[in-house]
Amino acid sequence: MRPRILLGLSTLLILAALFMVFIYVPTDKDTGIIQRIFYFHVPVAWVAFLAFFVTFVAGIVYLVKRNPFWDIVASASAEIGLVFTTLILITGSIWARPVWGVWWTWDARLTSSLVLWLIYLSYFIVRAYVSEEERRARFAAVVGIIGFVDVPIVALAITLTRTQHPSAIIFEGGLAGSMLATLLVSIAAFTALYLLFLAVRIHLGEDEREIKSLKEAMRE
Amino acid sequence: MKFWPRVMAIAWKDILSELRTKEIISSVLVFAVLVLVIFDFAFDLAPNLMLEIAPGVLWVAFAFAGVLALNRAFIPEKEENCLEGLMACPVGREAIYVGKALGSLFFMLLVEAVILPIFALLFNIAVLQPELIVVTLLATVGFVAVGTIFSALAVNTRARELVLPILFLPIVSPIIISAVKASALALGGTGWGGMTSWLSIILAFDVIFMVVPFLVFPYVIEE
Repeated sequence: MRPRILLGLSTLLILAALFMVFIYVPTDKDTGIIQRIFYFHVPVAWVAFLAFFVTFVAGIVYLVKRNPFWDIVASASAEIGLVFTTLILITGSIWARPVWGVWWTWDARLTSSLVLWLIYLSYFIVRAYVSEEERRARFAAVVGIIGFVDVPIVALAITLTRTQHPSAIIFEGGLAGSMLATLLVSIAAFTALYLLFLAVRIHLGEDEREIKSLKEAMRE
Repeated sequence: MKFWPRVMAIAWKDILSELRTKEIISSVLVFAVLVLVIFDFAFDLAPNLMLEIAPGVLWVAFAFAGVLALNRAFIPEKEENCLEGLMACPVGREAIYVGKALGSLFFMLLVEAVILPIFALLFNIAVLQPELIVVTLLATVGFVAVGTIFSALAVNTRARELVLPILFLPIVSPIIISAVKASALALGGTGWGGMTSWLSIILAFDVIFMVVPFLVFPYVIEE
């Protein structure tokens, strides 16, 4: 039931966001049409951070409560986060090519995103190399916690080596009203989409667990 | 407070067994020298480029040597089921973490103490500067604090020593960045002034990653 509501909500919001991004909002006068990718790039980055934060919290809850449900939540969220971090890198590259003339540059925020991507890739490598369920959940929780705590320090260290990434004009109030509205709708749409993915993935994880326990019961 | 005597006992056990086998220090040392030599092949280091590249070469050598040494911290424990014995002892799991970390810190510092003069000799750079030594000390503490918990984790996975570098290197990237920058400034003779922001990042990393692994380590080795 709940996934169905989320499906409806995210469909509506995504349609609204698409309308605003491609029809409503005016084209940026400096960088032109490519600037519209900003309305995907920023919400995608927001969802990635949200997802890793959820993994961090679910990891702590798992270690305290030892309920396998929280491990399912943590890994579901990390999976979505990894996909969205990949999307940050891809949408960023598409934007960078016409504006900076290169697909990739070792700029602070690009490098931080890449390190972030690598940290959560290692989260899944650890999961893949531990077959025992309870131990896998514990190890994953530890990696999720340490990884998340590391993110601000990575960002700080890399930012000190100078950046050419456009600064966060959103917080400086330099964004025109229509652009801000479009961005906010887009963020809402992607957040709803994240919640939908999370709900579906948790559901799937619970089913996987049940099938596994049924199989074990049959073997005995 | 009974905490520190127990920690020291665990650290001393590691140091003693290393002093008798010389397993870690000898192989890690040879490996680190090899890294220096390979860098010389790879970049054909001209004297005028030396000061720019040398800090990076040094920290790549330290980081890779660190992975090698930290991997060995828990493998012997696992092989002879010593970890079970250690866990059966009436000591807190936190004491095991701190003890193992101190042991690894000792090995790492020993290796670095030998590598630095070799580095100075091969690359013709004066390394005996208090700035460089402080950077090396602080960065190594951070390396070991994170590395010890990941080493305990990696040894309990199927791929064992393959997992540690994959986990360890992205997490310690702030230390590597800051240590390279700070070492470059130290070797360039800028003094303490320009280094403060880098040193404070390393220090922040050290503090955070002494506290967080201390709290979560018990969850890694339980069972």
